[in-house]
Amino acid sequence: MTVLVTGASGLLGGAVARILVGRGEQVRTLQRSPSGVLGAEDVAGSVTDAATVARAADGVDAVVHLAAKVSLAGDPAEFAHVNVDGTRLLLDAAERAGVQRFVQVSSPSVAHAGSSLVGVSAEPADPARARGEYARTKAASELLALSRDRGAAGAARASLSVRNPGLNPDEQRRSQPGDDGGTPDAAADFSVVAVRPHIVWGPGDTQLVERVIDRASSGRLPLLGHGATLIDTTYLDNAAAGIVAALDRLLDRPEIVRGRAYVLTNGEPRPVADLLAGICRAGGVEPPRWRVPVGLARTAGGLIEALWRVRPGTDEPPMTRFLAEQLSTAHWFDQRAVRAELGWRPAVSIDEGMRRLAAHYGGTVG
Amino acid sequence: MVTSGAGSVPPGLPGLDPRFSHVLRVPDGGAPVPAGVARPVGAAEWHYLDNGPELAARGIEPVGTVLAVHGNPTWSYLWRDLVSLATERAVDEAAATGERPGGVPDAWRVVAVDQLEMGLSARSGRQRSLPERVATLITFTDELGLDGPVVTLGHDWGGVVSLGWAVDHPDLLAGVVLLNTAVHQPEGVPIPAALRLALAPPVHRLGTSTTRAFLETTLGLAHPRLPREVADAYRLPYRTAADRTGIEGFVADIPATAGHRSRAELDRIATGVAALDVPALLLWGPRDPIFSDRYLDDLVSRLPQARVHRFEGAGHLVAEDVDYAAPVLDWLGSVRSDDDSRADAFTGPGGPSTSGVTSARESSDRTAVAPDRAASGGPPFRPIWAALDARADDDATREAPAVLDMTGAGPATVSWQALDRQVRRIAAGLHSIGVRRGDRVSLLVQPGPTLTALVYACLRIGAVVVVADAGLGVRGLTRAQRGAWPQYLIGQTRALAAARAMGWPGVRIAAEPLGAVRRRALGVDHELFDVARAGEGHELPPEPGPEDEAAVLFTSGSTGPAKGVVYTHARLSALRDALAGHFGVGPETGLVTGFAPFALLGPALGTRSVTPDMDVSAPRTLTARAVADAVRASDARMVFLSPAAILNVVDTAGSLEAADRAALERVETFLSTGAPISADLLGSAQSLMPNARAHTPYGMTECLLVTDITLDGIRDAASAPDDGVCVGRPIADDAAGGVAISALDDDGAAAGAPSSAPEVHGVLGEVLVRAPHLKERYDRLWLTDVAAERDTPPGHWHRTGDVGHLDAAGRLWIEGRLAHVLTTPDGPLAPVGPEQSIERVAEVRRAAVVGVGPAGVQQAVAVVELVASSDRPARRAGLAPQELDAAVRASSSVALAAVLVVPQMPTDVRHNSKIDRVRLARWADGVLAGGRVGAP
Repeated sequence: MTVLVTGASGLLGGAVARILVGRGEQVRTLQRSPSGVLGAEDVAGSVTDAATVARAADGVDAVVHLAAKVSLAGDPAEFAHVNVDGTRLLLDAAERAGVQRFVQVSSPSVAHAGSSLVGVSAEPADPARARGEYARTKAASELLALSRDRGAAGAARASLSVRNPGLNPDEQRRSQPGDDGGTPDAAADFSVVAVRPHIVWGPGDTQLVERVIDRASSGRLPLLGHGATLIDTTYLDNAAAGIVAALDRLLDRPEIVRGRAYVLTNGEPRPVADLLAGICRAGGVEPPRWRVPVGLARTAGGLIEALWRVRPGTDEPPMTRFLAEQLSTAHWFDQRAVRAELGWRPAVSIDEGMRRLAAHYGGTVG
Repeated sequence: MVTSGAGSVPPGLPGLDPRFSHVLRVPDGGAPVPAGVARPVGAAEWHYLDNGPELAARGIEPVGTVLAVHGNPTWSYLWRDLVSLATERAVDEAAATGERPGGVPDAWRVVAVDQLEMGLSARSGRQRSLPERVATLITFTDELGLDGPVVTLGHDWGGVVSLGWAVDHPDLLAGVVLLNTAVHQPEGVPIPAALRLALAPPVHRLGTSTTRAFLETTLGLAHPRLPREVADAYRLPYRTAADRTGIEGFVADIPATAGHRSRAELDRIATGVAALDVPALLLWGPRDPIFSDRYLDDLVSRLPQARVHRFEGAGHLVAEDVDYAAPVLDWLGSVRSDDDSRADAFTGPGGPSTSGVTSARESSDRTAVAPDRAASGGPPFRPIWAALDARADDDATREAPAVLDMTGAGPATVSWQALDRQVRRIAAGLHSIGVRRGDRVSLLVQPGPTLTALVYACLRIGAVVVVADAGLGVRGLTRAQRGAWPQYLIGQTRALAAARAMGWPGVRIAAEPLGAVRRRALGVDHELFDVARAGEGHELPPEPGPEDEAAVLFTSGSTGPAKGVVYTHARLSALRDALAGHFGVGPETGLVTGFAPFALLGPALGTRSVTPDMDVSAPRTLTARAVADAVRASDARMVFLSPAAILNVVDTAGSLEAADRAALERVETFLSTGAPISADLLGSAQSLMPNARAHTPYGMTECLLVTDITLDGIRDAASAPDDGVCVGRPIADDAAGGVAISALDDDGAAAGAPSSAPEVHGVLGEVLVRAPHLKERYDRLWLTDVAAERDTPPGHWHRTGDVGHLDAAGRLWIEGRLAHVLTTPDGPLAPVGPEQSIERVAEVRRAAVVGVGPAGVQQAVAVVELVASSDRPARRAGLAPQELDAAVRASSSVALAAVLVVPQMPTDVRHNSKIDRVRLARWADGVLAGGRVGAP
């Protein structure tokens, strides 16, 4: 099997590509900088460039799409360009190239409305309810990808997506089975699954782990509220293995998984204060001691976010409303369906993950 | 006077489909009416709900009809849920079984009328009397062509009307169902205050028709409040004063006085009901200012075969307060035999009655029901007083001590002969003041020789002793007294004062002498001293039989409102035999009883019993020396103590002198009874009685002895890998008894087929017990009985509500309560095992493991309370500090999402020991979802 992994220079994309190389698949990667994955064939470029994307998709059997603009704040147009337009280009190219399986890597925030999530299962993506540009554009791209599935479930999704304002009329037309711009015979087998890993962390993670360690070491990491809010997270290796499992199920159990979206987590929700403290200790820094009331943090986050838009600097904003919500409301998910249907269970526990983190950063486990 | 025809149900009333609404024009006055009642003429339009046409359209032939009659001031809307559910079930049943000759099983037609002048039926302006209401209902059913079998259903004054129809149709009648109603007003008892007020001339018209006061007051009796749309639906037919004349007429028709025009008909119905031989179901809301438990008790005495369920917390509008429709339909299904012959279908209930009163008729019915002991060839029935009689008759033992009481200034000793004489005097005396077999006698007397004599006297004449522990508190006791509704109450001064203040039922008998003034003040009718003297030399009435009721014991109330548990004589005697057999109690054993329930069994066991010097209502007051003194005074070989008493006995062991220790060395058996106890504490107690074998049995009010384990057994079990508390092996473990496990499913429901076979060893499930000394049933809690016997194997089993497992050695391990089981993605999880593992952390005093999140995906959370000497006393609730968190997680046998600390666990008021896990779980759920911390 030849698999195209986009965004393989990222932590999760690289981990997925390494698993696939490791088990003997032909792996091609697509990203702007070198992937650093030994044994993979790099295609350098952006997912927003049609020619590059067509070249990358040529001759592959399956695509795992991770490339995205991931940030807590930034220019809305840039988010839409990379996350929505880029995904559309890739889907078009894949269909034309006769690709049969497509794994869209998404985020639970696509269905998140800022409220507490307690043991919920994967709700449909909804750009209107998603908070922040990243989540909004990821919601639109997930809907777009699932609308291209040609199975029974995909057809049902496609009919739903007709009402979705996130798709333009051309996409709505395309989303009808048997009517697309690609090769009809090949596209008839095009199957899509969306996987939403929740808060992925591990050694080398710049999104959460290193940001937390960095802020804590400079005394800029507050705890929001009482810190007891339960947050489920996903250790890096588990997220990568789950994505590969989704790809495999498209091959051996397509009737169950195609057209569906799965939230992927460790299934071990923990109080946010415990998680942050664990990461800090693993990183060799003191856990946060000062607390910010939740309401104040949200207001401040919104204010800072707005200021940042006016005067963009080089650093990320220290706190945005999105992050404030992520860290003060419960986020954990019903993992029964994902485990049963993807035939996957996380192999690395939170505690083991913390040990590996501590080994990487030279901190302690406690 | 305004007249109008019948209306029909508009669309949009909550829960009522207008397709069930029908109107029938019926001759008004065509039916025979008793002499002296004006014969009305003309015709009247009846509005009624009926699912008959709906069933017919689907080709479903029902097995019978429920004829439902509302009261005042409601209308057929009251019965909407029954109409809907009956239809739904009939359709489902027909789909499942196909058509069968003689009707689809469990398919019932429901006809719910609006009485004339009421609801959407016609208004003639006439005020109708009870005989006329019964007669017009009969005209209606004739016109409708109603055929049998018919089960009548009535609420409030509609209950009386429905029973009027019932007693006039013995050929069609298949059963009666009643919700809060009454057919009899006892002589000398005023009618309920609320009705007296409504009947007072200045209030009557103003309150009933001119204004909506009566209507609104009735609608306000719902618990919880009626949703606005539902209350509006009830108001629909009563919007104008003219609409409400029927309400006024109905109130005027309450036969408050002997000379009332409807009194004769009421008495005729009341008498007729007592002669009904059909199955009956009484569903009752006790929070009813009008139809209190007094009226339930009257109905139970008229319909002793009735299944009875009191919905604690529900009131007059019980049909709105609780789901009554499903129980009614379930009951209809259960009374119907498999025989398709309709005539035979309702000849009698399938098992022992759930009535509160044992009548002579019922006793004869019950002889057909073989108790487990007879089926298993157990020992023949010996009355509970047999050993007492034998000892008192035997020249060798008659002067020997039977009961010793060391709680007073000096030891009081009662010989076998004296005890027997006192029992006979009280028994005959009680009989002479009117106490009859089946009458309930509430005993509110401190343990001691008087209570012992009272218990045996009541049992001897077939009176049913009602025993509720003072620990329930005044509110709990009030609930218990109203629930059991004893005809007599025997109490000491404090209890009599509470009875007077709280209006507890029963003729009051003072257990101790009172002056005339206090007698009057407390409303006392008799003093026990006089009662006993009156019985001197009198013959005793015939003995009760083994299947007659003997006792109603109330549960501790630590898990919800206390429930009455009914024991028959056979089952009480079986308890005596289990105790004697398992622990080897013989005439020479001698018992020291620091735990009241077993103190009462001494005379039944034929051995002397001694109550040590203590405040019997406060076990903590028992000292080691008092135990030694009691052992010495009675030469007892066996000691019963509660865990609280043991704690203090161990704490006061330092004051024992050599002679005390020598006395304690003679003890052969030592029982800790009442609650679980740690091996350490049991071991400490046993070290004071070095030659005794220490036992701790597991049981509950419903079955006082289920399993037993010795101290050695507990020590053996400590090395087993099992989760939970090992409570040993079943005491009754043969054809007549045993323990079975009903495995839990992923939703935490005990769905597995009950079994004790190897395939359930190690499987978590609900614990089921069976024993000859198991309860007969709950008192006036038929639905609770049904739940406790749901899907049980043949024989008389009981679902305990405890969860646990059996091990390969046949030992039972208790892992918590069914209601506290967590439903995790990996399956059901019982809390006790993980809690024990967490309590191994030195700093943790108590731990509770609760689930947060939705059922099926719950996460386990540990909530801990720290020992007093902890370095970090928790002044506020919140996340555990890091070291404690790590220690708890490391010690826990299950993965934990979070560790929370609380300054103090929320516990039940009753024992201050059982952690309120439901409350704790709700609190943890809120905190971990980002809510405020506060206190649990």
